[in-house]
Amino acid sequence: MSVSPSADTLAPPAGRTVVLGSVEPLKLDSGVELGPFTMAYQTYGALNADRSNAILVCHALSGDQFLAGPNPVTGRRGWWDNMVGPGRPLDTDRYFLICSNILGGCMGTAGPTEINPATGKAYGLSFPVITIGDMVKAQKLLIDHLGIEQLFCVIGGSMGGMQVLDWAVRYPEKVFSAVPIATALRCSAQNIAFHEVGRQAIMSDLDWCDGDYLAQGKRPERGLKVARMSAHITYLSETALHRKFGRRLQDRPKVSFGFDADFQVESYLRHQGKSFVDRFDANSYLYISRAIDYFDLAAEHGGKAAEAFRGTKTRFCVVSFSSDWMFPTSESRALVHTLNAVAANVSFCEIPTDQGHDSFLMEIPDYHKVLAGFLNGAAEHRGLTRR
Amino acid sequence: MNGAQNGAAAIARGIRLDLQKIAELVKPGSRVLDVGCGDGALLYHLTHTKQVDGRGIEISQEGVNACVAQGLSVIQGDAETDLKDYPADAFDYVILGQTLQAMREPKTVLSQMLRIGTRAIISLPNFGHWRLRLKLLFTGRMPVSDALPHNWYDTPNVHLCTIHDFVALCDELGIAIERCYTVSAKGSIREVRPTSSAANLLGSEAVFLLRD
Repeated sequence: MSVSPSADTLAPPAGRTVVLGSVEPLKLDSGVELGPFTMAYQTYGALNADRSNAILVCHALSGDQFLAGPNPVTGRRGWWDNMVGPGRPLDTDRYFLICSNILGGCMGTAGPTEINPATGKAYGLSFPVITIGDMVKAQKLLIDHLGIEQLFCVIGGSMGGMQVLDWAVRYPEKVFSAVPIATALRCSAQNIAFHEVGRQAIMSDLDWCDGDYLAQGKRPERGLKVARMSAHITYLSETALHRKFGRRLQDRPKVSFGFDADFQVESYLRHQGKSFVDRFDANSYLYISRAIDYFDLAAEHGGKAAEAFRGTKTRFCVVSFSSDWMFPTSESRALVHTLNAVAANVSFCEIPTDQGHDSFLMEIPDYHKVLAGFLNGAAEHRGLTRR
Repeated sequence: MNGAQNGAAAIARGIRLDLQKIAELVKPGSRVLDVGCGDGALLYHLTHTKQVDGRGIEISQEGVNACVAQGLSVIQGDAETDLKDYPADAFDYVILGQTLQAMREPKTVLSQMLRIGTRAIISLPNFGHWRLRLKLLFTGRMPVSDALPHNWYDTPNVHLCTIHDFVALCDELGIAIERCYTVSAKGSIREVRPTSSAANLLGSEAVFLLRD
Protein backbone atom coordinates (compact mmCIF):
# COMPACT_ATOMS: atom_id res chain seq x y z
CA MET A 1 0.00 0.00 0.00
CA SER A 2 1.52 3.32 -1.01
CA VAL A 3 1.00 6.43 1.01
CA SER A 4 1.04 9.97 -0.28
CA PRO A 5 1.97 12.59 2.28
CA SER A 6 -1.40 14.12 2.95
CA ALA A 7 -3.81 14.25 5.82
CA ASP A 8 -6.54 12.28 4.12
CA THR A 9 -4.49 9.08 4.02
CA LEU A 10 -5.31 8.77 7.69
CA ALA A 11 -8.99 9.60 7.36
CA PRO A 12 -11.23 7.50 9.60
CA PRO A 13 -11.66 4.05 8.09
CA ALA A 14 -14.90 2.22 7.71
CA GLY A 15 -16.37 1.11 11.01
CA ARG A 16 -18.61 2.33 13.78
CA THR A 17 -18.21 5.72 15.35
CA VAL A 18 -20.04 7.64 18.04
CA VAL A 19 -19.78 11.23 19.23
CA LEU A 20 -19.24 11.37 22.99
CA GLY A 21 -18.82 14.11 25.56
CA SER A 22 -21.54 16.29 24.02
CA VAL A 23 -23.62 16.74 27.15
CA GLU A 24 -20.64 17.12 29.42
CA PRO A 25 -17.03 17.30 28.21
CA LEU A 26 -14.48 14.70 29.27
CA LYS A 27 -12.26 16.12 32.02
CA LEU A 28 -8.73 15.05 31.21
CA ASP A 29 -6.04 14.48 33.85
CA SER A 30 -4.16 17.49 32.45
CA GLY A 31 -7.11 19.68 33.43
CA VAL A 32 -8.20 20.25 29.82
CA GLU A 33 -11.82 19.52 28.89
CA LEU A 34 -12.42 17.56 25.69
CA GLY A 35 -15.75 17.32 23.94
CA PRO A 36 -17.64 16.63 21.93
CA PHE A 37 -15.24 14.06 20.47
CA THR A 38 -15.49 11.08 18.15
CA MET A 39 -14.78 7.51 19.20
CA ALA A 40 -14.34 4.73 16.64
CA TYR A 41 -15.11 1.18 17.76
CA GLN A 42 -16.01 -2.30 16.56
CA THR A 43 -18.13 -5.00 18.15
CA TYR A 44 -18.14 -8.77 17.65
CA GLY A 45 -20.76 -11.30 18.75
CA ALA A 46 -24.12 -10.33 20.22
CA LEU A 47 -25.11 -8.62 23.44
CA ASN A 48 -27.38 -10.91 25.48
CA ALA A 49 -30.79 -9.90 26.81
CA ASP A 50 -29.59 -8.83 30.27
CA ARG A 51 -26.48 -7.15 28.82
CA SER A 52 -24.16 -9.19 31.00
CA ASN A 53 -21.83 -10.78 28.43
CA ALA A 54 -19.84 -7.75 27.24
CA ILE A 55 -16.05 -7.92 27.12
CA LEU A 56 -14.08 -4.74 26.53
CA VAL A 57 -10.83 -5.43 24.72
CA CYS A 58 -8.18 -2.74 25.21
CA HIS A 59 -5.60 -2.44 22.47
CA ALA A 60 -1.89 -1.72 22.81
CA LEU A 61 0.20 1.17 21.47
CA SER A 62 0.10 0.19 17.83
CA GLY A 63 -3.22 -1.69 17.88
CA ASP A 64 -6.63 -0.49 16.82
CA GLN A 65 -10.31 -1.31 17.08
CA PHE A 66 -10.11 -3.97 14.36
CA LEU A 67 -9.64 -6.92 16.66
CA ALA A 68 -10.53 -9.71 14.28
CA GLY A 69 -11.39 -10.25 10.65
CA PRO A 70 -9.91 -8.12 7.88
CA ASN A 71 -8.51 -4.75 8.89
CA PRO A 72 -9.74 -2.22 6.31
CA VAL A 73 -6.58 -0.11 6.62
CA THR A 74 -3.86 -2.73 6.49
CA GLY A 75 -5.76 -5.37 4.53
CA ARG A 76 -4.38 -7.91 7.02
CA ARG A 77 -6.27 -9.86 9.68
CA GLY A 78 -7.04 -8.10 12.96
CA TRP A 79 -4.32 -7.97 15.64
CA TRP A 80 -6.06 -10.57 17.87
CA ASP A 81 -7.71 -12.59 15.13
CA ASN A 82 -6.38 -15.86 16.61
CA MET A 83 -8.08 -15.10 19.96
CA VAL A 84 -11.54 -14.23 18.62
CA GLY A 85 -14.28 -16.43 17.22
CA PRO A 86 -16.48 -19.42 18.02
CA GLY A 87 -14.59 -21.89 20.22
CA ARG A 88 -11.71 -19.47 20.77
CA PRO A 89 -10.97 -17.84 24.17
CA LEU A 90 -12.89 -14.69 23.18
CA ASP A 91 -15.81 -16.80 22.01
CA THR A 92 -18.18 -14.71 19.89
CA ASP A 93 -20.89 -17.35 20.37
CA ARG A 94 -20.85 -16.54 24.06
CA TYR A 95 -19.48 -13.04 24.55
CA PHE A 96 -20.13 -9.60 23.08
CA LEU A 97 -16.76 -8.01 22.32
CA ILE A 98 -16.18 -4.28 22.18
CA CYS A 99 -12.91 -2.76 21.03
CA SER A 100 -12.50 0.98 20.62
CA ASN A 101 -9.66 2.96 19.15
CA ILE A 102 -8.01 4.66 22.13
CA LEU A 103 -8.14 8.36 22.80
CA GLY A 104 -5.13 9.88 21.05
CA GLY A 105 -5.18 7.14 18.42
CA CYS A 106 -5.22 7.61 14.66
CA MET A 107 -7.94 5.23 13.53
CA GLY A 108 -10.99 7.41 13.98
CA THR A 109 -11.05 8.30 17.69
CA ALA A 110 -10.16 11.84 18.72
CA GLY A 111 -6.41 12.33 18.47
CA PRO A 112 -3.86 14.66 16.92
CA THR A 113 -4.85 13.70 13.35
CA GLU A 114 -8.53 14.49 13.90
CA ILE A 115 -10.10 17.79 12.97
CA ASN A 116 -10.57 20.13 15.90
CA PRO A 117 -14.22 21.22 15.61
CA ALA A 118 -13.24 24.59 17.06
CA THR A 119 -10.71 25.43 14.33
CA GLY A 120 -11.66 23.18 11.41
CA LYS A 121 -8.02 22.02 11.23
CA ALA A 122 -6.24 18.92 12.47
CA TYR A 123 -5.37 19.16 16.15
CA GLY A 124 -1.68 18.36 15.72
CA LEU A 125 0.18 19.29 18.88
CA SER A 126 -2.76 21.37 20.08
CA PHE A 127 -4.38 18.07 21.07
CA PRO A 128 -4.17 17.82 24.86
CA VAL A 129 -1.69 15.38 26.39
CA ILE A 130 -3.63 12.35 27.55
CA THR A 131 -3.15 9.56 30.08
CA ILE A 132 -4.16 5.90 30.37
CA GLY A 133 -6.85 7.10 32.79
CA ASP A 134 -8.19 9.48 30.15
CA MET A 135 -8.41 6.61 27.65
CA VAL A 136 -10.39 4.62 30.20
CA LYS A 137 -12.71 7.51 31.04
CA ALA A 138 -13.43 7.88 27.33
CA GLN A 139 -14.13 4.11 27.02
CA LYS A 140 -16.50 4.39 29.98
CA LEU A 141 -18.55 6.95 28.02
CA LEU A 142 -18.77 4.43 25.17
CA ILE A 143 -19.89 1.65 27.53
CA ASP A 144 -22.55 3.98 28.97
CA HIS A 145 -23.62 4.84 25.44
CA LEU A 146 -24.01 1.13 24.68
CA GLY A 147 -26.20 0.78 27.79
CA ILE A 148 -23.93 -1.71 29.54
CA GLU A 149 -24.10 -1.53 33.33
CA GLN A 150 -21.28 -3.97 34.06
CA LEU A 151 -18.60 -5.42 31.79
CA PHE A 152 -18.20 -9.15 32.15
CA CYS A 153 -14.51 -8.70 31.46
CA VAL A 154 -11.93 -6.08 30.55
CA ILE A 155 -8.92 -7.64 28.83
CA GLY A 156 -5.79 -6.39 27.14
CA GLY A 157 -2.04 -6.78 26.78
CA SER A 158 0.82 -4.33 27.26
CA MET A 159 -0.64 -0.80 27.27
CA GLY A 160 -4.04 -2.53 26.94
CA GLY A 161 -3.24 -4.24 30.25
CA MET A 162 -2.61 -0.85 31.85
CA GLN A 163 -6.09 0.20 30.74
CA VAL A 164 -7.46 -3.03 32.26
CA LEU A 165 -5.86 -2.16 35.61
CA ASP A 166 -7.09 1.42 35.45
CA TRP A 167 -10.61 0.17 34.70
CA ALA A 168 -10.51 -2.20 37.68
CA VAL A 169 -9.38 0.61 39.98
CA ARG A 170 -11.48 3.44 38.59
CA TYR A 171 -14.76 1.58 38.06
CA PRO A 172 -14.47 -1.58 40.22
CA GLU A 173 -18.21 -2.22 40.29
CA LYS A 174 -18.29 -2.17 36.49
CA VAL A 175 -15.60 -4.84 36.03
CA PHE A 176 -16.67 -8.40 36.88
CA SER A 177 -13.37 -9.84 35.73
CA ALA A 178 -10.09 -8.37 34.53
CA VAL A 179 -7.28 -9.89 32.49
CA PRO A 180 -4.13 -7.74 32.49
CA ILE A 181 -1.61 -9.43 30.19
CA ALA A 182 2.13 -8.68 29.86
CA THR A 183 1.78 -5.43 31.73
CA ALA A 184 2.74 -3.65 34.96
CA LEU A 185 1.50 -1.39 37.72
CA ARG A 186 3.69 1.35 36.28
CA CYS A 187 5.84 2.09 33.28
CA SER A 188 9.48 1.27 34.01
CA ALA A 189 12.38 3.68 33.55
CA GLN A 190 13.70 1.41 30.78
CA ASN A 191 10.42 1.64 28.89
CA ILE A 192 10.29 5.42 29.29
CA ALA A 193 13.84 5.46 27.92
CA PHE A 194 12.90 3.46 24.82
CA HIS A 195 9.86 5.69 24.27
CA GLU A 196 12.08 8.74 24.46
CA VAL A 197 14.35 7.31 21.75
CA GLY A 198 11.27 6.86 19.56
CA ARG A 199 9.97 10.34 20.23
CA GLN A 200 13.36 11.91 19.56
CA ALA A 201 13.57 10.02 16.26
CA ILE A 202 10.21 11.47 15.22
CA MET A 203 10.90 14.99 16.44
CA SER A 204 14.35 15.03 14.81
CA ASP A 205 12.80 14.37 11.40
CA LEU A 206 12.60 17.72 9.60
CA ASP A 207 9.31 16.61 8.04
CA TRP A 208 7.82 16.58 11.53
CA CYS A 209 7.62 20.41 11.14
CA ASP A 210 7.31 20.94 14.91
CA GLY A 211 4.25 18.72 14.85
CA ASP A 212 2.48 20.70 12.13
CA TYR A 213 3.27 18.29 9.27
CA LEU A 214 -0.35 17.58 8.33
CA ALA A 215 -1.05 21.25 7.60
CA GLN A 216 2.20 21.44 5.62
CA GLY A 217 1.45 18.36 3.53
CA LYS A 218 4.32 16.32 4.93
CA ARG A 219 4.84 13.27 7.12
CA PRO A 220 7.87 12.44 9.30
CA GLU A 221 8.13 8.95 7.85
CA ARG A 222 11.82 8.43 8.51
CA GLY A 223 11.49 9.42 12.16
CA LEU A 224 8.43 7.27 12.75
CA LYS A 225 10.12 4.36 11.01
CA VAL A 226 13.16 4.54 13.30
CA ALA A 227 10.85 4.84 16.32
CA ARG A 228 9.07 1.67 15.29
CA MET A 229 12.31 -0.17 14.55
CA SER A 230 13.75 0.51 18.00
CA ALA A 231 10.44 -0.31 19.69
CA HIS A 232 10.08 -3.52 17.71
CA ILE A 233 13.33 -4.86 19.17
CA THR A 234 11.81 -4.49 22.65
CA TYR A 235 8.81 -6.60 21.61
CA LEU A 236 11.00 -9.59 20.76
CA SER A 237 13.50 -11.66 22.69
CA GLU A 238 17.15 -12.22 21.95
CA THR A 239 16.42 -15.95 21.56
CA ALA A 240 13.59 -15.37 19.10
CA LEU A 241 15.66 -12.92 17.05
CA HIS A 242 18.49 -15.39 16.93
CA ARG A 243 16.16 -18.25 16.02
CA LYS A 244 14.46 -16.27 13.25
CA PHE A 245 17.47 -14.51 11.75
CA GLY A 246 20.72 -15.47 13.43
CA ARG A 247 23.52 -13.74 11.56
CA ARG A 248 22.10 -14.79 8.20
CA LEU A 249 22.70 -12.41 5.30
CA GLN A 250 19.90 -10.88 3.24
CA ASP A 251 19.96 -12.14 -0.39
CA ARG A 252 23.73 -11.99 -0.64
CA PRO A 253 26.57 -14.48 -0.27
CA LYS A 254 28.81 -12.17 1.80
CA VAL A 255 28.80 -8.84 3.56
CA SER A 256 28.84 -5.77 1.29
CA PHE A 257 31.31 -3.66 3.23
CA GLY A 258 28.66 -0.93 3.22
CA PHE A 259 25.59 0.18 5.11
CA ASP A 260 22.88 -1.51 3.13
CA ALA A 261 20.78 -4.12 4.97
CA ASP A 262 23.38 -6.91 4.86
CA PHE A 263 21.72 -8.91 7.60
CA GLN A 264 18.23 -10.42 7.51
CA VAL A 265 17.47 -8.87 10.88
CA GLU A 266 18.13 -5.40 9.44
CA SER A 267 15.92 -6.05 6.47
CA TYR A 268 13.19 -7.34 8.78
CA LEU A 269 13.32 -4.26 11.00
CA ARG A 270 13.25 -1.92 7.98
CA HIS A 271 10.19 -3.75 6.72
CA GLN A 272 8.50 -3.48 10.12
CA GLY A 273 9.26 0.24 10.20
CA LYS A 274 7.97 0.80 6.68
CA SER A 275 4.71 -1.06 7.14
CA PHE A 276 4.09 0.80 10.41
CA VAL A 277 4.55 4.17 8.74
CA ASP A 278 1.90 3.19 6.23
CA ARG A 279 -0.74 2.87 8.92
CA PHE A 280 0.25 5.01 11.88
CA ASP A 281 0.54 8.68 12.70
CA ALA A 282 3.71 10.14 14.19
CA ASN A 283 2.00 12.58 16.56
CA SER A 284 -0.28 9.80 17.79
CA TYR A 285 2.87 7.85 18.58
CA LEU A 286 4.15 10.76 20.69
CA TYR A 287 0.88 11.11 22.61
CA ILE A 288 0.31 7.42 23.24
CA SER A 289 3.88 6.64 24.27
CA ARG A 290 3.68 9.61 26.65
CA ALA A 291 0.46 8.27 28.17
CA ILE A 292 2.26 4.98 28.89
CA ASP A 293 5.21 6.82 30.49
CA TYR A 294 2.86 8.60 32.87
CA PHE A 295 1.14 5.40 34.01
CA ASP A 296 1.81 4.67 37.70
CA LEU A 297 -1.11 3.25 39.68
CA ALA A 298 0.72 3.44 43.00
CA ALA A 299 1.56 7.12 42.58
CA GLU A 300 -2.11 7.87 42.07
CA HIS A 301 -2.90 6.19 45.40
CA GLY A 302 -0.46 7.67 47.84
CA GLY A 303 2.39 5.41 46.75
CA LYS A 304 0.51 2.23 47.74
CA ALA A 305 -0.82 0.27 44.79
CA ALA A 306 -2.67 -2.08 47.14
CA GLU A 307 -4.84 0.83 48.29
CA ALA A 308 -6.05 1.18 44.72
CA PHE A 309 -7.51 -2.34 44.82
CA ARG A 310 -8.81 -2.44 48.41
CA GLY A 311 -12.24 -4.08 48.62
CA THR A 312 -12.21 -5.17 44.97
CA LYS A 313 -14.63 -7.95 44.03
CA THR A 314 -13.23 -8.27 40.52
CA ARG A 315 -11.78 -11.65 39.51
CA PHE A 316 -8.29 -11.11 38.10
CA CYS A 317 -6.21 -13.27 35.79
CA VAL A 318 -2.66 -11.97 35.43
CA VAL A 319 -0.60 -13.41 32.59
CA SER A 320 3.08 -12.92 31.79
CA PHE A 321 5.51 -14.50 29.33
CA SER A 322 8.85 -15.96 30.36
CA SER A 323 10.91 -14.20 27.65
CA ASP A 324 9.22 -10.78 27.89
CA TRP A 325 11.89 -8.31 29.00
CA MET A 326 9.80 -5.22 28.31
CA PHE A 327 7.14 -6.21 30.86
CA PRO A 328 8.97 -9.04 32.64
CA THR A 329 7.26 -11.61 34.87
CA SER A 330 8.65 -9.77 37.92
CA GLU A 331 6.27 -6.88 37.09
CA SER A 332 3.29 -9.24 36.92
CA ARG A 333 4.40 -10.86 40.15
CA ALA A 334 4.49 -7.45 41.82
CA LEU A 335 0.94 -6.92 40.61
CA VAL A 336 -0.10 -10.31 42.00
CA HIS A 337 1.51 -9.54 45.37
CA THR A 338 -0.38 -6.24 45.41
CA LEU A 339 -3.67 -8.02 44.72
CA ASN A 340 -2.87 -10.70 47.33
CA ALA A 341 -2.29 -7.96 49.87
CA VAL A 342 -5.98 -7.08 49.66
CA ALA A 343 -7.02 -10.76 49.35
CA ALA A 344 -8.33 -10.17 45.83
CA ASN A 345 -9.47 -13.11 43.73
CA VAL A 346 -6.48 -13.55 41.46
CA SER A 347 -5.01 -16.14 39.15
CA PHE A 348 -1.52 -15.78 37.77
CA CYS A 349 0.27 -17.69 35.04
CA GLU A 350 3.62 -17.25 33.44
CA ILE A 351 3.54 -18.79 29.98
CA PRO A 352 6.85 -20.35 28.91
CA THR A 353 7.78 -19.06 25.44
CA ASP A 354 10.77 -17.49 23.70
CA GLN A 355 8.69 -15.00 21.71
CA GLY A 356 9.15 -12.02 24.02
CA HIS A 357 6.62 -9.30 24.73
CA ASP A 358 4.79 -9.92 21.45
CA SER A 359 3.75 -13.33 22.82
CA PHE A 360 0.49 -11.78 23.96
CA LEU A 361 -0.52 -11.56 20.31
CA MET A 362 0.52 -15.12 19.47
CA GLU A 363 -1.42 -18.32 19.31
CA ILE A 364 0.32 -20.21 22.12
CA PRO A 365 -1.76 -23.24 23.19
CA ASP A 366 -1.03 -22.94 26.96
CA TYR A 367 -1.85 -19.24 26.86
CA HIS A 368 -5.14 -19.71 25.04
CA LYS A 369 -6.09 -22.61 27.34
CA VAL A 370 -5.49 -20.47 30.41
CA LEU A 371 -7.52 -17.55 29.07
CA ALA A 372 -10.38 -19.76 27.90
CA GLY A 373 -10.41 -21.58 31.26
CA PHE A 374 -10.36 -18.39 33.29
CA LEU A 375 -13.12 -16.77 31.22
CA ASN A 376 -15.19 -19.94 31.40
CA GLY A 377 -14.82 -20.10 35.19
CA ALA A 378 -15.74 -16.42 35.51
CA ALA A 379 -18.71 -16.90 33.16
CA GLU A 380 -20.02 -19.70 35.40
CA HIS A 381 -19.78 -17.38 38.40
CA ARG A 382 -21.50 -14.62 36.45
CA GLY A 383 -24.24 -17.05 35.40
CA LEU A 384 -23.55 -16.72 31.68
CA THR A 385 -24.99 -19.66 29.84
CA ARG A 386 -23.59 -20.97 26.61
CA ARG A 387 -25.73 -20.14 23.64
CA MET B 1 -10.63 -32.42 26.70
CA ASN B 2 -11.51 -29.18 28.38
CA GLY B 3 -10.79 -28.05 31.95
CA ALA B 4 -14.26 -28.75 33.32
CA GLN B 5 -14.09 -32.32 32.07
CA ASN B 6 -10.66 -32.74 33.63
CA GLY B 7 -12.03 -31.57 36.95
CA ALA B 8 -15.11 -33.74 36.70
CA ALA B 9 -12.85 -36.68 35.92
CA ALA B 10 -10.82 -35.91 39.05
CA ILE B 11 -14.00 -36.05 41.15
CA ALA B 12 -15.07 -39.28 39.49
CA ARG B 13 -11.62 -40.78 40.15
CA GLY B 14 -11.82 -39.65 43.72
CA ILE B 15 -9.19 -37.56 45.39
CA ARG B 16 -6.37 -38.69 47.66
CA LEU B 17 -7.49 -40.00 51.06
CA ASP B 18 -5.94 -37.21 53.12
CA LEU B 19 -7.55 -34.68 50.76
CA GLN B 20 -10.95 -36.32 51.24
CA LYS B 21 -10.60 -35.91 54.99
CA ILE B 22 -9.43 -32.32 54.54
CA ALA B 23 -12.44 -31.61 52.33
CA GLU B 24 -14.77 -33.00 55.00
CA LEU B 25 -13.37 -30.58 57.57
CA VAL B 26 -14.13 -27.50 55.43
CA LYS B 27 -17.47 -25.79 56.08
CA PRO B 28 -19.52 -25.02 52.95
CA GLY B 29 -19.26 -21.50 51.55
CA SER B 30 -16.05 -20.66 53.41
CA ARG B 31 -12.95 -18.87 52.14
CA VAL B 32 -10.16 -21.32 51.44
CA LEU B 33 -6.52 -20.99 50.44
CA ASP B 34 -4.92 -24.23 49.23
CA VAL B 35 -1.15 -23.92 49.55
CA GLY B 36 0.65 -26.17 47.09
CA CYS B 37 -2.59 -27.01 45.32
CA GLY B 38 -0.93 -29.06 42.56
CA ASP B 39 -3.27 -29.72 39.67
CA GLY B 40 -6.21 -28.30 41.65
CA ALA B 41 -7.99 -31.59 42.49
CA LEU B 42 -8.89 -30.55 46.07
CA LEU B 43 -9.72 -26.97 45.11
CA TYR B 44 -11.96 -28.15 42.29
CA HIS B 45 -13.65 -30.61 44.62
CA LEU B 46 -14.22 -27.93 47.29
CA THR B 47 -15.43 -25.36 44.77
CA HIS B 48 -17.97 -27.71 43.25
CA THR B 49 -19.15 -29.70 46.26
CA LYS B 50 -18.84 -27.09 49.04
CA GLN B 51 -19.20 -23.84 47.08
CA VAL B 52 -16.13 -22.40 48.74
CA ASP B 53 -14.45 -19.17 47.64
CA GLY B 54 -11.25 -21.00 46.81
CA ARG B 55 -7.77 -19.79 45.97
CA GLY B 56 -4.54 -21.64 45.43
CA ILE B 57 -0.78 -21.18 45.37
CA GLU B 58 1.29 -23.64 43.39
CA ILE B 59 4.98 -23.57 42.67
CA SER B 60 4.98 -25.55 39.41
CA GLN B 61 3.94 -23.72 36.28
CA GLU B 62 2.27 -26.81 34.79
CA GLY B 63 0.14 -27.17 37.92
CA VAL B 64 -0.89 -23.50 37.85
CA ASN B 65 -1.77 -23.55 34.17
CA ALA B 66 -3.87 -26.70 34.67
CA CYS B 67 -5.71 -25.04 37.58
CA VAL B 68 -6.43 -21.74 35.84
CA ALA B 69 -7.52 -23.58 32.70
CA GLN B 70 -10.14 -25.28 34.92
CA GLY B 71 -11.38 -21.87 36.06
CA LEU B 72 -9.72 -22.06 39.50
CA SER B 73 -8.15 -18.95 41.05
CA VAL B 74 -4.56 -20.04 41.41
CA ILE B 75 -1.30 -18.12 41.33
CA GLN B 76 2.19 -19.31 40.60
CA GLY B 77 4.20 -18.70 43.72
CA ASP B 78 6.26 -20.02 46.60
CA ALA B 79 4.48 -20.46 49.93
CA GLU B 80 7.69 -19.73 51.80
CA THR B 81 7.95 -16.23 50.34
CA ASP B 82 4.42 -15.34 49.24
CA LEU B 83 2.21 -16.07 52.27
CA LYS B 84 3.48 -12.92 53.96
CA ASP B 85 1.77 -10.79 51.26
CA TYR B 86 -1.72 -11.78 52.39
CA PRO B 87 -3.54 -9.75 55.02
CA ALA B 88 -4.40 -11.29 58.40
CA ASP B 89 -7.58 -13.39 58.60
CA ALA B 90 -8.16 -13.30 54.85
CA PHE B 91 -9.33 -16.94 54.86
CA ASP B 92 -11.40 -19.30 56.98
CA TYR B 93 -9.10 -22.22 56.15
CA VAL B 94 -5.55 -22.36 54.87
CA ILE B 95 -4.77 -25.86 53.67
CA LEU B 96 -1.39 -27.51 53.22
CA GLY B 97 -1.59 -31.08 51.95
CA GLN B 98 1.56 -33.24 52.26
CA THR B 99 3.88 -30.29 51.79
CA LEU B 100 4.98 -28.93 55.19
CA GLN B 101 7.74 -31.53 55.42
CA ALA B 102 9.18 -30.20 52.13
CA MET B 103 9.38 -26.59 53.33
CA ARG B 104 12.70 -24.96 54.18
CA GLU B 105 11.10 -23.23 57.17
CA PRO B 106 8.03 -25.21 58.25
CA LYS B 107 7.71 -23.25 61.48
CA THR B 108 7.40 -19.91 59.66
CA VAL B 109 4.99 -21.35 57.12
CA LEU B 110 2.81 -22.75 59.89
CA SER B 111 2.73 -19.39 61.68
CA GLN B 112 1.93 -17.57 58.44
CA MET B 113 -0.90 -19.99 57.68
CA LEU B 114 -2.55 -19.25 61.02
CA ARG B 115 -1.97 -15.52 60.61
CA ILE B 116 -3.81 -15.30 57.29
CA GLY B 117 -6.38 -18.00 58.11
CA THR B 118 -8.67 -18.58 61.08
CA ARG B 119 -7.90 -22.28 60.84
CA ALA B 120 -5.23 -24.35 59.15
CA ILE B 121 -5.60 -27.89 57.89
CA ILE B 122 -2.41 -29.84 57.41
CA SER B 123 -1.66 -33.36 56.31
CA LEU B 124 1.71 -34.98 56.89
CA PRO B 125 3.41 -38.32 56.38
CA ASN B 126 4.11 -39.79 59.85
CA PHE B 127 7.75 -40.80 60.25
CA GLY B 128 6.77 -42.52 63.50
CA HIS B 129 4.80 -45.23 61.66
CA TRP B 130 5.82 -48.68 62.86
CA ARG B 131 6.90 -49.94 59.44
CA LEU B 132 9.34 -47.06 59.07
CA ARG B 133 10.66 -47.61 62.59
CA LEU B 134 11.19 -51.30 61.90
CA LYS B 135 12.84 -50.70 58.53
CA LEU B 136 15.35 -48.37 60.07
CA LEU B 137 15.89 -50.71 63.01
CA PHE B 138 16.36 -53.89 61.01
CA THR B 139 17.87 -52.77 57.72
CA GLY B 140 19.83 -49.79 59.00
CA ARG B 141 18.81 -47.91 55.86
CA MET B 142 16.61 -44.83 55.43
CA PRO B 143 13.06 -46.17 55.10
CA VAL B 144 11.20 -45.96 51.79
CA SER B 145 7.44 -46.55 51.78
CA ASP B 146 4.27 -45.78 49.82
CA ALA B 147 3.82 -42.57 51.82
CA LEU B 148 7.52 -41.71 51.54
CA PRO B 149 8.63 -43.13 48.19
CA HIS B 150 11.90 -41.21 47.80
CA ASN B 151 15.49 -42.14 48.45
CA TRP B 152 17.42 -40.05 50.97
CA TYR B 153 19.34 -38.27 48.18
CA ASP B 154 16.38 -37.28 46.00
CA THR B 155 13.65 -36.63 48.53
CA PRO B 156 11.97 -33.22 48.60
CA ASN B 157 11.07 -33.97 52.23
CA VAL B 158 13.77 -32.09 54.09
CA HIS B 159 11.85 -31.80 57.37
CA LEU B 160 10.22 -35.14 58.13
CA CYS B 161 8.61 -35.54 61.52
CA THR B 162 6.42 -37.85 63.57
CA ILE B 163 2.93 -37.02 64.80
CA HIS B 164 4.41 -36.40 68.24
CA ASP B 165 7.06 -34.07 66.82
CA PHE B 166 4.37 -32.04 65.11
CA VAL B 167 2.24 -31.91 68.25
CA ALA B 168 5.27 -30.61 70.16
CA LEU B 169 5.78 -27.86 67.57
CA CYS B 170 2.13 -26.83 67.86
CA ASP B 171 2.56 -26.65 71.65
CA GLU B 172 5.63 -24.48 71.22
CA LEU B 173 3.82 -22.11 68.85
CA GLY B 174 0.67 -21.99 70.97
CA ILE B 175 -1.39 -23.61 68.24
CA ALA B 176 -4.48 -25.55 69.30
CA ILE B 177 -5.10 -28.92 67.62
CA GLU B 178 -8.89 -29.08 67.23
CA ARG B 179 -9.01 -32.39 65.41
CA CYS B 180 -6.47 -35.06 64.53
CA TYR B 181 -6.98 -37.99 62.17
CA THR B 182 -4.71 -40.75 61.02
CA VAL B 183 -4.76 -42.56 57.73
CA SER B 184 -3.51 -46.15 57.98
CA ALA B 185 -1.40 -47.79 55.28
CA LYS B 186 -4.54 -49.65 54.21
CA GLY B 187 -6.43 -46.38 53.83
CA SER B 188 -8.73 -46.37 56.84
CA ILE B 189 -9.18 -42.98 58.46
CA ARG B 190 -9.86 -42.56 62.19
CA GLU B 191 -10.00 -39.68 64.61
CA VAL B 192 -7.34 -39.96 67.29
CA ARG B 193 -5.95 -38.13 70.29
CA PRO B 194 -2.89 -36.30 68.94
CA THR B 195 -0.83 -37.39 71.94
CA SER B 196 -1.78 -41.06 71.54
CA SER B 197 1.26 -43.31 71.20
CA ALA B 198 -0.81 -45.83 69.27
CA ALA B 199 -1.72 -43.17 66.70
CA ASN B 200 1.94 -42.24 66.31
CA LEU B 201 2.73 -45.91 65.71
CA LEU B 202 -0.17 -46.91 63.46
CA GLY B 203 -0.87 -43.79 61.39
CA SER B 204 0.85 -43.70 58.03
CA GLU B 205 -0.35 -40.13 57.48
CA ALA B 206 -2.00 -37.59 59.78
CA VAL B 207 -4.46 -34.76 59.18
CA PHE B 208 -4.67 -31.88 61.66
CA LEU B 209 -7.27 -29.16 62.05
CA LEU B 210 -5.46 -26.29 63.76
CA ARG B 211 -6.44 -23.02 65.31
CA ASP B 212 -4.35 -20.18 66.63
